[in-house]
Amino acid sequence: MSGSLTSEKAPLPRPEGRRRLFSRSRVRRRGVRQVPWLLVVPAVVAVLLLRYGATVLGGLYAFTDWNGLGLYPNWIGFDNFRAMFKDEATSGALWHTLQLATMFVVLVNLTGLALALGLRSTLKTRNLLRAIFFLPVVLSELATAYIWQYIFLYDGPLNLFLGFVGLDEWKRAWTADPTWALYTILFVLIWQLSGLTMIIYLAGLQSIPEELEQAAAVDGASAWMRFRRITLPLLAPAITVSVTLTMIFGLRVFDQVIALTGGGPVSSTETLATQVYKQTFVFTRFGYGAAVALFLTVLVAAITLVQAAALRSREYRV
Amino acid sequence: MRARYTWRAFSRELIFLALAAFFCIPFYLLFSIALKPNSELFTSPLSFPTSPDLGNFSEAWKGQAGVGLGRAMFNSLVITVFTVAILILIGSLCAYALARRPSRLSNALYFMFVLGIIIPFQLGIVPLYVLFRKIDLIGSYLGMITLWVGVSLPVTVFLYTGFIRALPRDYEEAAQVDGAGVLRTYLRVVFPLLRPVTGTVAILTGLFVWNDFFISLIFVSGSDRVTLPVAVYAFVGEYFTQYNLVFAAVTIALLPIMIFFVFAQRQLIRGFTSGVRG
Repeated sequence: MSGSLTSEKAPLPRPEGRRRLFSRSRVRRRGVRQVPWLLVVPAVVAVLLLRYGATVLGGLYAFTDWNGLGLYPNWIGFDNFRAMFKDEATSGALWHTLQLATMFVVLVNLTGLALALGLRSTLKTRNLLRAIFFLPVVLSELATAYIWQYIFLYDGPLNLFLGFVGLDEWKRAWTADPTWALYTILFVLIWQLSGLTMIIYLAGLQSIPEELEQAAAVDGASAWMRFRRITLPLLAPAITVSVTLTMIFGLRVFDQVIALTGGGPVSSTETLATQVYKQTFVFTRFGYGAAVALFLTVLVAAITLVQAAALRSREYRV
Repeated sequence: MRARYTWRAFSRELIFLALAAFFCIPFYLLFSIALKPNSELFTSPLSFPTSPDLGNFSEAWKGQAGVGLGRAMFNSLVITVFTVAILILIGSLCAYALARRPSRLSNALYFMFVLGIIIPFQLGIVPLYVLFRKIDLIGSYLGMITLWVGVSLPVTVFLYTGFIRALPRDYEEAAQVDGAGVLRTYLRVVFPLLRPVTGTVAILTGLFVWNDFFISLIFVSGSDRVTLPVAVYAFVGEYFTQYNLVFAAVTIALLPIMIFFVFAQRQLIRGFTSGVRG
């Protein structure tokens, strides 16, 4: 087959009697047709309309006071953004989102890395353990968060346990406590997504040749030294992927908030995503909701691009 | 040579097994409470039910506001299957052209798709909601599938393009020399070679659509096209104090993916790994 392929020089005559769908596509040497550009049309049109067109239009809404009913919204410039920073629920949401995303990215990457290092090899049950830690990743975030909501109740399992070990003064209604509610969301997020960072790091570890570490061990490098000088630098690409991905997840948190706290108590756990939902679709402030969404979009785009660039440049420096 | 199984490895194994058991506590609570009759719910919340009762499940199965969980599961399935099928079809064709026609145009289009992965969909949802309300696509399969195709196409094209670029052209060229047209070559030769990445795309986008709550809440809640997470949300809103019922509903919602996971965990994990690495 390949022999006849390489010996082919002139374009083959077309077999007669067969209809050609793409007869205008150019003919390359060796008689091979180019893949027609026509094939990109459905996907490109869909993405241009549904992603880019809609996003740009939503961006325009952000500068209006539209309430979802009238035909002609008024252009109000940056008023929505000024109102955003005055409104406690929304400005609080911005702050909580940043707080939550930062803590989440750091912690979920540490736990994922620890799991990956621990379950890398030697353990007999490592495949079972990997599967267990990965399971929450594929499950509905909303549904699993309801289980945690129960665990954190005042007469729920967590407080029962605290009472059992004699820490009665620690008992509280965790998701209804303004100082703790945000941390319950953080905890559930980490529980849910440690498995994701784990498999990213496991894949990264797989590409590191074991001989390298064994050689260093023979030369007398301590376990920490080997980790710091060999494993960690070679994991840099995996770290880039994992940190970027978890940052996007962290900035868009929605399901866990709805299931655990609903944004409360007193808006102490509102995030930008819950504010987009509530302002737009519950209070029908389409203009204002779009402004919050635009803010979220710019934030996500800016943070992920800067972060990816910074981490990638690090990959080559180390 | 692999490191030998030492006492240290053994103790590490025990630590991780204990950690995994701790990690699974929510699932234990879920199943045990879902099986508890009302009488046991408050007397012994943590122990396994002494007389397991499936009554909660039949109660939860009825769902809320006339839309049963079975119906919601069917809705989720229809939306997920059609979305994934359309994504695979138009995403792989697009990626095929992008990968096989390297040029400035294909680079620009590729960049457009990659950027589409990063841009959050929340902003675009607002005008799409307004549009769908006007053309009566709220609470419909067609509306949901359209939305999801738009949301998931960027990552689909990204994964397919990366895969096809690494695929040698020899097979396609041989097929075309033998007289096959572009479409025939694609269907008979290229598409079968794409099986690994098609699996990855199906797993990633399928789970994303199946588990989504945000978009479904906005576009189908209150209709008879509710998806599983929205149905659970509505159910919890009505029965939020009856945790045995709530957990029965949550169990029903989680069970399809859990069963799928038991049988296909290797493929799932592999799909995710190649997906996030791509």
